[in-house]
Amino acid sequence: MDQPVISRRNLLAGAGGIGLTLAAEPLLAQTSRDLRLPGKPSTRPLTSAFPGKRGMLLQRTRPPLLETPFEVFDSGIVTPNDRFFVRWHWASIPDSVDPAGFRLAVRGAVQRPLSLTLDSLLRDFERIEYLAVNQCAGNSRGLVEPSVAGAEWGNGAMGNARWTGVRLRDVLDKAGVAPGAVDVRFAGLDEALVPEAPRFRKSLAVDHARDGEVMIAFAMNGEPLPLLNGFPLRLVVPGWYSTYWVKMLSDIEVLPSKDDQFWMAKAYLAPATPFGAVPPGTKDFAKTPVTAMLPRSFVTNHADGATVPAGKALALRGIAFGGDSGVAKVEVSTDRGRTWRSANLGPDAGRYSFRRWDLALPPPPSGPLTVTCRCTNAAGLAQPMAMNWNPSGYMRAGVETITLRAGGAA
Amino acid sequence: MTRLVALALAALALTAAAPAPRPLPDFRFRPAAATLPDGSSETFPQRPGVEAVEANCTACHSAAMILNQPPLTRDEWTAEIAKMRNVYKAPIEDAALPDLMLYLAGPPPKQP
Repeated sequence: MDQPVISRRNLLAGAGGIGLTLAAEPLLAQTSRDLRLPGKPSTRPLTSAFPGKRGMLLQRTRPPLLETPFEVFDSGIVTPNDRFFVRWHWASIPDSVDPAGFRLAVRGAVQRPLSLTLDSLLRDFERIEYLAVNQCAGNSRGLVEPSVAGAEWGNGAMGNARWTGVRLRDVLDKAGVAPGAVDVRFAGLDEALVPEAPRFRKSLAVDHARDGEVMIAFAMNGEPLPLLNGFPLRLVVPGWYSTYWVKMLSDIEVLPSKDDQFWMAKAYLAPATPFGAVPPGTKDFAKTPVTAMLPRSFVTNHADGATVPAGKALALRGIAFGGDSGVAKVEVSTDRGRTWRSANLGPDAGRYSFRRWDLALPPPPSGPLTVTCRCTNAAGLAQPMAMNWNPSGYMRAGVETITLRAGGAA
Repeated sequence: MTRLVALALAALALTAAAPAPRPLPDFRFRPAAATLPDGSSETFPQRPGVEAVEANCTACHSAAMILNQPPLTRDEWTAEIAKMRNVYKAPIEDAALPDLMLYLAGPPPKQP
């Protein structure tokens, strides 16, 4: 496998092997980027060939896996719709959706099955709105060491948007959830390519589904959802990994027992340990579904390997999120975790949102400088110092360390 | 109290009880349509076994899914192919397996 992989990387390398910060041309004029993924092909083309998207890192064309270039996260806490990541399981995605003909079914263990038009959703229900991070459970998998198989993302399979929609609870209550209902299962307009293959469906426990925060969203940053992010409706499960955020949501089925189909019972399982971590290489362990997100934080204004002036105060800037609770603090270390400084936090845009942080460091001496950032969330959970490994590459959350080189004229 | 004062108080009460503005009050859906790239621009490097991979592995996903993987062992590739067949119902015949393994994992170890 080594030989063709290396030759493909050389084929695509072009100007992309020089890293994010040394480009002599505007970043979007590059045709590819090196994501610096250890032990695996690392270069990805930049593509604007997908509807509603521009300047995205191409992980896979079909079904689409499109990653946000990391510099987008330095522009602010909101990820623009045309730079928001994309991830589909099956390639049979409808290439058109007519809002007039679309129906959202609510069925199963309910008193009054529904077939709702989009007009009805807009007219008959109260609206809610909040910012929430949408992150793939496998975000950052390409950085995992030792390497694991799967979609080899950098850190860009995540985004923060202002979601507008109706409460799932209100739609369920219009149908009337039957006593004894256990799970609520969600499916979209996409289908499996082979009839016997498992259609992508996910479920939430009925109390979670009815918590008043889970949303049937129709807008993202004030606009209809891009087709590739689930037009016309998607589920928003704030604080939980994106696998539950079913796109092109068209079917809500209330179940009298736990959902035991493949995508709940066999897929998206992680070790039942703190941070889903097991010693690297472990294959046997008790498993539990991937659910709530873990805290993470990143430097956004300098890439790993960048050069900064020596002898001049170093301004650091980044984002953090608490996972399923807000950000309590972000700290920065330049001595690999022996000592920490508290960063300044930006405005609080809600417990599920990205939050900006910034810190000015004293002038670094010439030479390498490691910068580690660590978020502690409002529930008191801090990112672990050691990266949390599991064989699926899920839930990566350990502290991020970048190495800068201080040198040259101040 | 005078009628004017009563009216003013009523107006004040209504204003104080006014609900928060409805998000996106003018929101409209518009029909959405788009053509997605078909993935044929992702190509497998030519070497023995490539025809089997092209015939058996691209019905569901484009080439980058395979080409971006880290080096996997023979056992790991065997498990991945088994997952494609058993879970995702990929119609891969047994006869294709030797060529698939040749391409993905290299020639089989020599027998002693």
